[in-house]
Amino acid sequence: MPDDSITTLVQDVLAGSRRALARLITRVENRTAEAHTALAALYPHTGRAYLVGITGAPGTGKSSVVNALTRTLRASGHTVGIVAVDPTSPFSGGAVLGDRIRMVDLAGDRGVFIRSMANRGSLGGLAVTTGDVVRVLDAAGFDYVLIETVGAGQSEVDIARTAYTTIVVDAPGLGDDVQAIKAGILEIADVLVVNKADRPGVENTVRALRTMLELGHRVRPTLHHGQLAPPTRFAPPEYDFWQVPILKTVATENEGMEALAEAIERHRAHLQESGLMAERARHRAETELIERLREALLVRLLAGRSPDDLEAVVQRVVQRELDPGSAVRELLDGR
Amino acid sequence: MSEQKIRVLIAKPGLDGHDRGAKVIARALRDAGMEVIYTGLRQTPEMIAEAALQEDVDVIGLSILSGAHLALVPRIVELLRTEGLDDVLVLVGGIIPDEDVPTMHEMGVSGVFGPGTNTEDIVNHIKSALAARPDA
Ligand SMILES: Nc1nc2c(ncn2[C@@H]2O[C@H](COP(=O)(O)OP(=O)(O)O)[C@@H](O)[C@H]2O)c(=O)[nH]1
Ligand SMILES: [Mg+2]
Repeated sequence: MPDDSITTLVQDVLAGSRRALARLITRVENRTAEAHTALAALYPHTGRAYLVGITGAPGTGKSSVVNALTRTLRASGHTVGIVAVDPTSPFSGGAVLGDRIRMVDLAGDRGVFIRSMANRGSLGGLAVTTGDVVRVLDAAGFDYVLIETVGAGQSEVDIARTAYTTIVVDAPGLGDDVQAIKAGILEIADVLVVNKADRPGVENTVRALRTMLELGHRVRPTLHHGQLAPPTRFAPPEYDFWQVPILKTVATENEGMEALAEAIERHRAHLQESGLMAERARHRAETELIERLREALLVRLLAGRSPDDLEAVVQRVVQRELDPGSAVRELLDGR
Repeated sequence: MSEQKIRVLIAKPGLDGHDRGAKVIARALRDAGMEVIYTGLRQTPEMIAEAALQEDVDVIGLSILSGAHLALVPRIVELLRTEGLDDVLVLVGGIIPDEDVPTMHEMGVSGVFGPGTNTEDIVNHIKSALAARPDA
């Protein structure tokens, strides 16, 4: 049996072991204490992969696009790590992860590594640990990391904070409920893909998307915790003059994938030349730090208290003896 | 903060094109709180071993209706061994004649479940077998 201590796993991941990579991802996903050590050791090796998000309503063909796009990237000699996120059942905590079904073409290719993730109750389209799993793949040396989101709601904003280029996939012939999802995620698109271009109604879908794009003036919103952050001196609005291309694809026939790969490259060049890449890296780091700090402070605060203490405060709020604001102050002051 | 889930790969090796049973099992395991990676029809032993490695699963459930279990299972078990995945629990479901069951166990299969199996039995088998693993 191979040695699975955390230091060995880190070394083996850096040396290219796929088994070690898989095992380490599990530790990161499970948020074990040692995962922190591993992520710290891997961090200097990150920042090389180009991160691409693929989002869009269920059934539009996200997994199929990932499959076909990966084939195209592989044909130009790039290695590809894939993280595909599906929802956890709120009832059982379990999940059925089915994205690999559409990625069978990639089997047997050692330049590709596919990992399915359940979102484990997170709301924003990714799991809480997806960003860290992406880092592990980055450190493992993949040229691209493709991240497929759950695609089920309007809160698909996590992906825009994680990926450098976000692809929103749409398809003709989807119902009205999907229109609502679309409106929510359109503004995070760097590239729009109308997949299933072999189906009737493609031109209508393209036209509808173009209209929606033209209506929204493109000041890329600064995302903070799934909310639009007000422009402050810390987070100035990014005036982004990128023209979002609308591309037609037939993922199941590998059609339109060169154009998609090229659009990603153009967007990457745009980010670099405009200085947005650096600006967003800074903003991303700040957002992550603040978020982690918030979580850590909460853990620290609650660690010093018994659940009964907290329950007592909760009850006083319920009984209207104490307002929530004063309750917080009381808890912070440690009384 | 640490949170562990049992991860299961459900795969259908061989050429028969019918996966209703496999889907029922996948959903039952999900309902028991497990994370189930479903890979679909016509998986080769190589594809199964590779997916098991990448997904770092604790359990592989093979659904075999084609009668090819005596050829497929040893190949899959051997590939798992060469990948360093000896500790993965292998279960076989589908149509396995009674006289082949001991052979399956000898090959390293932890459990064989026929068509009428109660899904709860499979869940219980997985939980107790994983609990008995040396590193558990
Ligand atoms: N006709 C057609 N079907 C497609 C195309 N791309 C994907 N599909 C099918 O659409 C369904 C959903 O695809 P999938 O990739 O799983 O979508 P996801 O849920 O967004 O990941 C599957 O049955 C695919 O085979 C396409 O370009 N044309
Ligand atoms: Mg999918």
